[in-house]
Amino acid sequence: MFTVLRDLLRYRTEFRFGAILTGFIAAFAALSLVSPYPPHDQFVVPPDLPPSWSYWFGTTSRGQDVFWQLTFAIRNTMLFGLSVAVLSRLVSVAIGMWSGYKGGIVDRLLMSVNDTFIVIPLFPLLVLFYFVLRDRMSWPLLALAMASLGWAYDARLIRAVALSLSSREFTQQCVFSGMRTREIVFQEHLPYVLPIVFYTTMNNMNWSIGLEVTLSVLGFTDIDTPTVGVMIYWANQHTALVAGVWWWVFFPVLFVMILFIGLFLLAISTNEYIDPRSRLARMGGVSG
Amino acid sequence: MQAYAIYALKRLAQFVLVVFIGINLAYLISHATPIDPVEQTVSAATSFGNASPEAILMMRASLRELYGLEGGAVSQYAAFWRRVLVGDFGPSLSAFPTPVSTLIGRALPWTVGLLSVSTCLAFALGNLLGGLAGYFRESRILKLAGIAAMAVHPIPYYIVAFVLLIVFGYLWPVLPISGGYRINTPWGWNAEFVLSVVTHAILPVASLVLVGVGGWFMGMRSLVSNIVSEDYVVYAELAGVSRGRILGAYVMRNALAPQVTGLAMSLGSIFNGAIITEQVFGYPGIGTLLIQAVHAGDYSLVIGIASVSIVAVSVAVLIIDLLYPLLDPRVKVA
Repeated sequence: MFTVLRDLLRYRTEFRFGAILTGFIAAFAALSLVSPYPPHDQFVVPPDLPPSWSYWFGTTSRGQDVFWQLTFAIRNTMLFGLSVAVLSRLVSVAIGMWSGYKGGIVDRLLMSVNDTFIVIPLFPLLVLFYFVLRDRMSWPLLALAMASLGWAYDARLIRAVALSLSSREFTQQCVFSGMRTREIVFQEHLPYVLPIVFYTTMNNMNWSIGLEVTLSVLGFTDIDTPTVGVMIYWANQHTALVAGVWWWVFFPVLFVMILFIGLFLLAISTNEYIDPRSRLARMGGVSG
Repeated sequence: MQAYAIYALKRLAQFVLVVFIGINLAYLISHATPIDPVEQTVSAATSFGNASPEAILMMRASLRELYGLEGGAVSQYAAFWRRVLVGDFGPSLSAFPTPVSTLIGRALPWTVGLLSVSTCLAFALGNLLGGLAGYFRESRILKLAGIAAMAVHPIPYYIVAFVLLIVFGYLWPVLPISGGYRINTPWGWNAEFVLSVVTHAILPVASLVLVGVGGWFMGMRSLVSNIVSEDYVVYAELAGVSRGRILGAYVMRNALAPQVTGLAMSLGSIFNGAIITEQVFGYPGIGTLLIQAVHAGDYSLVIGIASVSIVAVSVAVLIIDLLYPLLDPRVKVA
């Protein structure tokens, strides 16, 4: 696993760029630990100041320093994405590997449920979820709801890998030597599945962060926990763009865009790396 | 023909499953939570002024009936399904007494128009450019186009729409940024009205296409670059078939089949994007209606829109699935 990461860093430009961008954003989020202001305090600095040496990213109309506020927002947004990704991985790895290993009727049944979850438009359902919960909507609840709705696409990718593994000779060998299904799946197949799990984790983080930003901007989440979306929501509430306080909107949008591109580059470069066809092309097996 | 019938039946079963699970999810979310929508509405309505206890009681009773919350769990569940199947979600609370179905019916054509135009454009553009980029790998311009498409692709619809809104609304105001047509323009098939509809659609369509194009581009490029090395393509090249014909009829034609499957798969998330984009540009479709309904606390309208969205997206997927064998004759017996 570590040699793979080292190789990726050394030889894949996309992966290197992705790692730098994501690392930069993560380091920025880590600065929230040394923030001079608690995230919920307002009017700790003069409001509506443009970016300057003392306030790098300016200040908001609510008297908050955009720089430090953004460190909390990015931290919460990243943690949110990560928790949705980890939670939904539990479902998608289980469903994907089970479906792929079993094949046949189990596979067909699971995959039609799976495709259902891919097709259903989730945004109206999440809006409905907020609508019935209202003020009781919280960060963990939203993460749980999104994780239980957003596993399907990745389960399909994992299932494809597991399906090809189950017809390999070493699987036959395992079965004949008397290993139990659980052992085969976890000990023998999981290592092969891990790269694609990594790839789908990045993708899923992008997906969940995107939805979180969207829901927060509309005010459909817990608007007291600072996230990137919530920051833009408050900026819109104070009509920051009309008032000329552009830095309140510009920096959150810029940073979240860097995060998206970083995660996306990490995802596609790993995917290309693990795809056997492009691996062949890299080795010169296929002429271009 | 019999093979197609079997295939169509299977897709139809999948369609029924999608609607079944989707509507059940909507029911579960709206009914299994500890919060009572009637109490929410009552408290929202009474917080503005003093209402007499009798009036509150009457309101509560009529709302319970309106929302189909009368009776036990089984009859509520049956009532919920009846509403979906008949398409009658009761009167809207925020636009009383207009029925929810009328409001949705008014908004749906805008969403369908926006969605179909932008999806077709993004699909055609992305696949064409991706196919070219996969075939002519040395082209600098196509490589640049690829990088541009990849940079915009991971950014969520909301952010892209928002950036376009800022650029064309504040920095360089040349395009209308809100609404579906110019206000006070008389409806009809005259040039003025059609032109105002088109100009108002440019920005929403552009933001949907910008986000959508990257996915099709990358998918098509990798498919084409794999097909290019297949024996039959090499043979065609050696036999002197023109490059345009190879690319169009030999390579991209084959790569299109998985892309169309991908289109059916991603329709749900494209729909999510359209809803959000509509809201940014105040486009008079389902999305704007949904957000307004939430802000107005209009329970029946929110439920109605969620249910209609699920059914509408499933129908669109079913149509693509049923047309798919035209493109890929190998689907005889799936």
